[in-house]
Amino acid sequence: MTTTAYEPNVVLATETFDVVGTRPIRHDGTDKVTGRAEYGSDGQPVSVLYCKILRSPHAHARIKSVDTSKAEALDGVKAVVTGKDFPSSPPDEEWSGTTGTFKLKDLREHRLATKKVLYKGHPVAGVAAVNQHVAQEAIELIDVQYEPLPPIMTAPQGMAKGATLLHDDLFTEEAGEKGDTPSNLASHLQYKKGDIEKGFAEADVIIEREFNTATVHQGYIEPHSCTVHWNKDGKVHIWNSTQAPFDVRDMTAGILGLSSTDVRLTPKEIGGGFGGKWEPYGEPICALLSKKTGRPVHNALTRAEELESTGPTPGSYIKVKMGITNEGKMVAAQGHLAYEAGAYLGSPVDPGAQCIFAPYDIPNVLIDGYDVVVNKPKTAAYRAPGATNAAFASETVVDEFAEKLGIDPIELRLLNAAKEGTRRADGPVFPRVGCVEVLEAMRDHPHYSAPLEGPNRGRGVAIGFWFNVGLQSAANMNVNGDGTVTLTEGSPDIGGSRVGLAMQGAEVLGIPAEDVHPSVVDTDQIGFTAGSGGSRVTFATGWAVYEAASDIKRQLIERAALIWGVDAGDIEMEKGVVQSKSDPDLRFTFKELAAELDGSGGYVSGRGAVDPKGEGGAFAGLIVDVEADPDTGKVQVLRATVVQDAGKAIHPSYVEGQLQGGTAQGIGWGLNEEYFMDPEGRMANSTLLDYRMPIALDLPMIDTVIVEVANPGHPFGVRGVGEVNIISPPAALANALHRALDVRMEQLPMSPGNIMEAVWKKGK
Amino acid sequence: MATVFIPSLMQRLTDGQDKVTVQGSTVREIVNNLETEYPGTKERLADKFKIKPNISVAVDGEVTPLGMLEKVGEDSEVHFLPALGGGQG
Repeated sequence: MTTTAYEPNVVLATETFDVVGTRPIRHDGTDKVTGRAEYGSDGQPVSVLYCKILRSPHAHARIKSVDTSKAEALDGVKAVVTGKDFPSSPPDEEWSGTTGTFKLKDLREHRLATKKVLYKGHPVAGVAAVNQHVAQEAIELIDVQYEPLPPIMTAPQGMAKGATLLHDDLFTEEAGEKGDTPSNLASHLQYKKGDIEKGFAEADVIIEREFNTATVHQGYIEPHSCTVHWNKDGKVHIWNSTQAPFDVRDMTAGILGLSSTDVRLTPKEIGGGFGGKWEPYGEPICALLSKKTGRPVHNALTRAEELESTGPTPGSYIKVKMGITNEGKMVAAQGHLAYEAGAYLGSPVDPGAQCIFAPYDIPNVLIDGYDVVVNKPKTAAYRAPGATNAAFASETVVDEFAEKLGIDPIELRLLNAAKEGTRRADGPVFPRVGCVEVLEAMRDHPHYSAPLEGPNRGRGVAIGFWFNVGLQSAANMNVNGDGTVTLTEGSPDIGGSRVGLAMQGAEVLGIPAEDVHPSVVDTDQIGFTAGSGGSRVTFATGWAVYEAASDIKRQLIERAALIWGVDAGDIEMEKGVVQSKSDPDLRFTFKELAAELDGSGGYVSGRGAVDPKGEGGAFAGLIVDVEADPDTGKVQVLRATVVQDAGKAIHPSYVEGQLQGGTAQGIGWGLNEEYFMDPEGRMANSTLLDYRMPIALDLPMIDTVIVEVANPGHPFGVRGVGEVNIISPPAALANALHRALDVRMEQLPMSPGNIMEAVWKKGK
Repeated sequence: MATVFIPSLMQRLTDGQDKVTVQGSTVREIVNNLETEYPGTKERLADKFKIKPNISVAVDGEVTPLGMLEKVGEDSEVHFLPALGGGQG
């Protein structure tokens, strides 16, 4: 571990606050460190049944028959369901939500296949039994006859002429227009800026490279789990581990043919999500089983089921061609990105394409993106989805430019950095962003200038951009007689958000964060709140809390006016004190006024419901030192420093945690993690022993630098912080490895085997 | 008049132009007037009353949740982009 005396954070935001920017203890901390917090599988109802799911052993096969009779006859089995138990709807009927627009029949086939299985692990039937062992025995008695088909395992394979089709009703979409022949290519997008041919003609140096990245999983510690009760009144109640209660509620209702509010979802504490817990998996199956039995039904996935049948982030094939002048000015950039959607359309190739060259002001750009269905699990979001794959490609080429031109890699990036007014390749112009400030903080950090001695060692840098999102959020706040305030909101706490939200309310009211008591409540108890993802909670739900607290502030001023018999216009509230502007004797602290509420009109409640814009994109970069063994390909990360623009860090400790967490995951993605698929399309490493995520011994202490370039689109200047930090590690590691071993890695992961292949190839 | 940036794969509907100027004080008016000038554009961007769910509209660089209802200024820039949901983040 390397430590420095460096003063870590760069505060460029100019407004100062009393609560925002401090580091109070999180409200949920005691329950979590003492083990009292209840997660998805904790605290089951007395009459619960246990569900197990029969899954396809094939990556691609036609289902010829399903016979459940032996399972149904097994003692202890209470119900068996297949996809035929779902309601039917017209073939083209669509469902839309925050994850996109899909055919309802595909959403149902994804949960329980009836015609074809499209990946190994695809659910075919569900069983509810008195315990898990009986349920497991029962699913092994279900007889499914398959007709295996050749699997499609990569995007280029899927796009090849004559490729086996996964769907006979999927047609390529290009900007709202559909093709007329079925294809594995779900969509093609394109971004164009300037004149790409002219740009390359102006370039003195042109580099073109191809990259492949493997499928990886979010790797949250707690697997998906749910308990579902279909009540006699037709209402469905779900308790589960999710980061998106309303989104899962709505999709589950759509699959079951119900209205959204026929489903109530209570989110339990969540053991990680990172984007992967945004959709239902077991919920619709458990709902069908509960409807049949009248009892609550519980399902918890094993780790193998998690890896094989939930939503990893896609493997990809990316080709990058960039041109630069001898003076270091980037003049042209072209990208071809083909991402694996998994079994159903919807890879994150769009954001990948939008982010790939976003850190730079390049006048001539052409980007083509392809969303391709393959016989792997349907992909789901993972921290800055699509952007990490893309940056691995573009940031490797930028590093090669620096080497060829003899320019310092950070100075080269600064020379071309995007700033306020830079037009992105996808069209919009950047507002105030912190790309330059992040790069300057990297350049000025002692890590960047520290000596790195010894053989086979190298230092690399890279940066990345992510949009962050807004979306709807709601919050309610109630003032109690003792001067505390309860806060109810609908954003599952996956990164310390409770305390960050409470702090924003406390700042408005001028009270300590500890006096605001936050709770994450169920979907019947709060207005629509989009899930905890997209780096949106502190921004959007924080804004809802700001509105709720401001509502309370307004009412408290009116109440003081009523009590004192003066005009409300004569009263102000600052730093938790309500006072007359003209009479210094008229003064209440927050607690004193709270005590006067009962008897003067009752307690006060505030509400906030927002759908904000102005989320403010963010940049982050990584400096990393590695030592690589030239004989084995093993890489040791010696030192890592992550720098990120947070806008305003509400609670710096949890921002630093996000920076470290995203970097750790990015290092795993870069060095070891991959779905290792056999020739039949089956995952060969579906345990955490073989799916190699980094552990504490693999990582140094990750130093963090929070750069605060306030976002003008938020009351406190917040930008999202949860995602952008994962983008640069694979590229930074590749660049460090180049200096350590003199090889350019063009494949993720940079595992020992892949590194040795590259070393041997270079030696030939 | 506002400047509307046309997605590159739709530019055959605008005679190859990558941006066009269109009259309108809301995105709805912009979309309707764009359709009058360049038939076929509206069905690619919007349903009857709403921007299509897989598309987002940015006015002056900010993606707006108001879609067709968003106000557009005389000198505004309007972009149609893929929708980025929370599930993609």
